[in-house]
Amino acid sequence: MFKILSNEKIAPAVFRMDLEAALVAKKAAGGQFVMIRIDEKGERIPLTIADINGKNITIVYQVVGVTTHKLTEKKAGSALEDVVGPLGHATDARKFGTVCCIGGGVGIAELYPVVRAYKNAGNKVIVIIGARNKELVIFKDKLSKVCDEIFVTTDDGSDGEKGFVSNVLKRLMDSGANIDLVYAVGPAVMMKVVADMTRPAGIKTLASLNTVLVDGTGMCGSCRIEVAGETRFACVDGPEFDAHEVNFEEMMARQSLFKDKEAHACKIRGILQ
Amino acid sequence: MKKQSPKDRVKNFNEVALGMSEEEAVKEATRCLFCKEPKCSANCPVEIDIPRFIEAIKNKKFDEAIKIVKEKNNLPGVCGRVCPQEDQCEAACVLNAKGKPINIGVLERFAADWELNNITHYTLHITQKRDSKIAVIGSGPAGLTCAGDLARLGYQVIVFEALHTAGGVLVYGIPEFRLPKEIVKKEIEYLKSLGVEVRTNFIVGINTTLKELFAEGYKVVFVGTGAGLPSFMKIPGENLDRVYSSNELLTRANLMKAYLFPEYDTPINIGKKVAVIGGGNTAMDSARVSLRLGAEKVFIIYRRSEKEMPARQEEIENAKEEGIELHMLTLPKKIIGDDKGFVKAMECVKMELGEPDSSGRRRPITIKGSEFVMDVDTVVVAIGQSPNPVFLKATPELKLGKWDKIEVDPNTQATNVRGVYAGGDATLGDDTVIAAMGAGKRAARAIHNSLT
Repeated sequence: MFKILSNEKIAPAVFRMDLEAALVAKKAAGGQFVMIRIDEKGERIPLTIADINGKNITIVYQVVGVTTHKLTEKKAGSALEDVVGPLGHATDARKFGTVCCIGGGVGIAELYPVVRAYKNAGNKVIVIIGARNKELVIFKDKLSKVCDEIFVTTDDGSDGEKGFVSNVLKRLMDSGANIDLVYAVGPAVMMKVVADMTRPAGIKTLASLNTVLVDGTGMCGSCRIEVAGETRFACVDGPEFDAHEVNFEEMMARQSLFKDKEAHACKIRGILQ
Repeated sequence: MKKQSPKDRVKNFNEVALGMSEEEAVKEATRCLFCKEPKCSANCPVEIDIPRFIEAIKNKKFDEAIKIVKEKNNLPGVCGRVCPQEDQCEAACVLNAKGKPINIGVLERFAADWELNNITHYTLHITQKRDSKIAVIGSGPAGLTCAGDLARLGYQVIVFEALHTAGGVLVYGIPEFRLPKEIVKKEIEYLKSLGVEVRTNFIVGINTTLKELFAEGYKVVFVGTGAGLPSFMKIPGENLDRVYSSNELLTRANLMKAYLFPEYDTPINIGKKVAVIGGGNTAMDSARVSLRLGAEKVFIIYRRSEKEMPARQEEIENAKEEGIELHMLTLPKKIIGDDKGFVKAMECVKMELGEPDSSGRRRPITIKGSEFVMDVDTVVVAIGQSPNPVFLKATPELKLGKWDKIEVDPNTQATNVRGVYAGGDATLGDDTVIAAMGAGKRAARAIHNSLT
């Protein structure tokens, strides 16, 4: 069992949970994830590690289905049945020069250890985060402390500038900011737009993919995705890949496989209606 | 042995084979000739004293029978169900000459079930405790067998399991209707009663490394990490929605109990017409699981003929009885999707058999111009697995052979690294549960010899 230290709502339908998971924390680094299972009847879901402190890890989740809804009901002091990780490759945080880290929606939370690692490696780090509205902009202060510059965008203009993260990226590129590496994590469509923008400019771009997983250790192939014409497993080969080579259309299609089942499970439980 | 009727069983995940009653078991045991030099035992990978346990059943000493089985086999309820006895002990039975061999597998199962139903705590007293600590990586049949044998010798054994439940392929791969998970759980509890410690959610290669295990004081490491990496065909359309690896389908259904969705949270999305590609036991399991998950039609697609199928005959018969159609000499060429990215059809080509290949089986050759389209909405790829790379990548010092399988000495299961042994599907040459168990047993013996 893995003790829950806190479970707080930090934005509408977005929660931050601190967990005691010494084995995970011992080896975890930015860019990696854990698989969790709430209880005996629970499913295994992947969650990116948003922070590591001693024996504890932080995960941030958005309520999208049965499991994430059940997670919101867990109180501090209770426990999760299973937590395993750290899974996937850690971000290769070498010195590149100027790194632009882009996060969208709940993906913003996943940026924190990555930004910190790039910064610690001696890079100039520019952060761009985007959400639908002000309330959904998370981790702004936390990220500000570990980067050189931060930009915020919201769809409705209630925080930062109105528009998308890609608008800021475009402006930075046009204004001659010498970006050596772009790192993107968030909705597939956001990562696709970013990749399409940096490809012609020849800027190396990484995308951290959030595919459907079951075991998270290379066993099931549920997370497979075409990258550079070959099928790769996001869990063990990723989760970061060269964004210019990822087949994002395929990724988006694969994310819809269980939508109807999930909707059904939510409906009969009377949640998320 | 009685079975659930095909009509009923396709609607549930309960066990298909129902075992024997005491009366039936005694009657079957009475047929045994109790050979002086029993060929059955010689052909048992875990060396069970078969005539002796059958004699105990004949004399209605069922507690004695299970004790005899357990002298050698820590997982009798599992073996009695999934061993291919027809190729092993039963194949060697002298009664084959006169007709039917003794149904040894079912008698083993009978003894195991009798214990589970009649004795709450059967414990074995371990006389000698030894200080050496041994790490077993993976809690599948190879690891569990090795762990059990070493624990009985008095060693401290810790089994590391990456998943949340112990059992490996016995829990994620083999379906409930062939091997109830309750049986696996009880047999693992028995191993724990012998002193085996199981740490779940622990991935060697990530949470710790081989070097760190030795540094922590483990004297020997046994690697039983299995063959968890699914192979795909590398044909167009393989990443469409409702194309599954057999591992994904079976893991969702067995380990995660997707057949009880939404009571259990893990979903599975199966269509009405399912094509399962492959000819092994995993393909049969995938087909039969698909049927029970609500598919109306299930087809097995195999590129050779039925004779070359590697699946157990009994499993092929079970599948056929349940209405699964075999499409032999057929090779998928591409999977065709609809506008939403879901499978809507599969293009195949007909094959014929040519000269035998290196495996001794006749090589399938494409018949030009025989392409045709099958109307299916779900595809399950069950063409094999290779070793899980997580541990192997973190352990480059281990020498690998063909298909990245660990090279071992077949007599001792020793690898090229001192103090490291391996067995089961992670190594070359093993494939069935019992073969993995045999390897675990050989390794335990060699480990004991190396430490004494």
